[in-house]
Amino acid sequence: MSEERRIGVYVCHCGGNISDYVDVAQVIGAVEDEPGVVVARAAMFTCSDATQQEIIDDIREQELDGMVVASCSPSLHTETFREVARRAGLNPYEYTQVNIREQCSWAHTDDREGATRKAIRLVRAGIARTRLSAPLEPVTVETVPKTLVVGGGVAGLRAAFGLAEIGLEVFLVEREAELGGQVGNLGAIYPHGNDGRALIARLTRAVGERPNITVFTRAELVEKSGSFGNYQATVRVGGEPGERIQIDVGSIVVATGFDSYEPEAGELGYGIEGVLTLPEFEQLLNQDGALTFNGKPVESIAYVYCVGSRQPGGHEYCSRYCCSTAVHDSLRVAEHSPDVRQYHLHRDMRTYGKNELLYSESRERGSLYIRFADGEPPAVEKLPDGRLRVTVRDLLTEGEELAIESDLLVLVTGMVPRQNEELTGVLKLPVGKDGFFNEIHPKLRPVETVVDGVLIAGACQGPKSASESVTSALAAVSQSAAILKKGSAELDPLVATVDPEKCSWCGTCQEACPYDAIGRLALNGKQVAAVEAAVCKGCGGCVPVCAEEAIDLQGYTDAQVRAMIDGLLQEVAR
Amino acid sequence: MTNVEETIREAGPRILVFSTDISGPGIDFAGSLHLHYSPEVDVISMPCTSGIKPAWVLHALQRGFDGVFIAADGEECAYLPDCAQRASRIAADAQALLTQNGYEPQRLKMAAICSVCAEHFIRYMHDFSATLAELGSTGSG
Repeated sequence: MSEERRIGVYVCHCGGNISDYVDVAQVIGAVEDEPGVVVARAAMFTCSDATQQEIIDDIREQELDGMVVASCSPSLHTETFREVARRAGLNPYEYTQVNIREQCSWAHTDDREGATRKAIRLVRAGIARTRLSAPLEPVTVETVPKTLVVGGGVAGLRAAFGLAEIGLEVFLVEREAELGGQVGNLGAIYPHGNDGRALIARLTRAVGERPNITVFTRAELVEKSGSFGNYQATVRVGGEPGERIQIDVGSIVVATGFDSYEPEAGELGYGIEGVLTLPEFEQLLNQDGALTFNGKPVESIAYVYCVGSRQPGGHEYCSRYCCSTAVHDSLRVAEHSPDVRQYHLHRDMRTYGKNELLYSESRERGSLYIRFADGEPPAVEKLPDGRLRVTVRDLLTEGEELAIESDLLVLVTGMVPRQNEELTGVLKLPVGKDGFFNEIHPKLRPVETVVDGVLIAGACQGPKSASESVTSALAAVSQSAAILKKGSAELDPLVATVDPEKCSWCGTCQEACPYDAIGRLALNGKQVAAVEAAVCKGCGGCVPVCAEEAIDLQGYTDAQVRAMIDGLLQEVAR
Repeated sequence: MTNVEETIREAGPRILVFSTDISGPGIDFAGSLHLHYSPEVDVISMPCTSGIKPAWVLHALQRGFDGVFIAADGEECAYLPDCAQRASRIAADAQALLTQNGYEPQRLKMAAICSVCAEHFIRYMHDFSATLAELGSTGSG
């Protein structure tokens, strides 16, 4: 059978990323006579336009029916080479990507011989898999031109408006009684001092004026069924038990936002009068005129940064927006009350990008920045006169201890993931180690999740500023449009299949599938399992539970995996 | 022994790793950091740990691998909330199958590897290589 295949093998130098550590010519020499291989070539950059064209020419001229590309990780260029296959008229599922960079050359930069031997084995396994590949057609599903947006903060509102503008019908679900989210409570926000409340008022008005947006407040998404392009969502309106409304939608944009870090009692003096979190301080700044606290004018403010952020064992990430917010706040203070003394105690200042200018301006206006060591947070105590004393060791003066007396202490708190287990369960959304929702790929697929047609936007994905939230909301809009405007969508065909000859219906596979993708079918006088391709996620969880070995996952069939193992060991057998 | 076999035996135990959508990026990350492990470690990628058949583990040993390492999804599986329990069962079934066929169950090891677990992966590979070296070759092939 294998002799009948016509496979092209392309081994990449990746500049020198592969060929500096792997003898590419030796790899080609070792695999060019493998059964089924008719072309084996090396390329400086397989992904370059010129090499893509050469592969296309080979596929056409040599009538190739299989393709193996040995280069970088499949996460980077699988789509590139599937597209190459498509352009040449080869079924894209007849192509196998072999990772000889991240999992070979880069991991064995100290052992050229070992890396070369390994590359040969990996390419042989890829050829073995391709010999048993089959042409697969994507599953085409009709899509409903409607989107459900969960969360009515700045990201959700902007997404809803954007979706409506491109002609999709939108349902916007907000848990609170009012739209607006956290930005709706803010005054001037960085970088340009736009008023958060005014921004939200504008967006809310725009959303209200669109006839194709339906807004549900005090509402939650409580159930989701159906499959990609055609979800049935149940929204509960008006609390428990409330009214349940059924909506058919093609995609779902999740924009549920964040919670602010709440310090422990006593953490950096939290609980003492005058010690405020960043959101509490921002509320205070919304007052008009010179800054006062409890009716008394404020003469000095201390800020402690990274409260609840960058803490080993706690929230380990940088919350990203807080440095810029606090620096911007200090400028707001300086604007109204130029005589207020401001001390910023920090581990590092991360006013990234253009926000660096705010930092410079704040220093020019008199703010003092004092750096302390990671493990030595400042100590806070209340003085008899009601003021606060903050003691800190200044790293830049060789650890000299400074005592700062201030009227207010602002704990510059970050964003933490919102507790949303119910919604996570309903949507089956993956949550990362940090507790925020996970995208498929941070750079290449930044708003898509593994659940097809369920997109994430805004700070539910990780700390973001208002403008970054809107950017991701608009990405989710265009991604929804890409899915829904065509009226149909194609799904990956790498799904489970049942061999009805072997299946004798025991129901175990059906129990193993949480997506309800497996049903029972009467066929030739017996009951067998059948997989609904549009619902199957392609995890393969049903494969090992089948006692009859009747289930295979396309692209990872029993025969393919065994052939790959044999391919990896061919060297030994010889 | 032929020269090829000798070279391979000197290079250390042969390990087959099953990776997944979650652990594959972690193994990629180890490479991106140029962290070294034995080049006798080969990876076959699957979407999810729960799709690995115990019979493949046995097949790998029968054909000449000295050990199989399942780089599992752990609690982070994007597909199946109970993936860790399923994976434990698969590993237990596979170890039973190995024992039935005269292989030490320690030749199968499983640990959760996440997308930033580069250093964990390296440590597992070093430790597993050492365990397998002590057990000796499966002698197949």
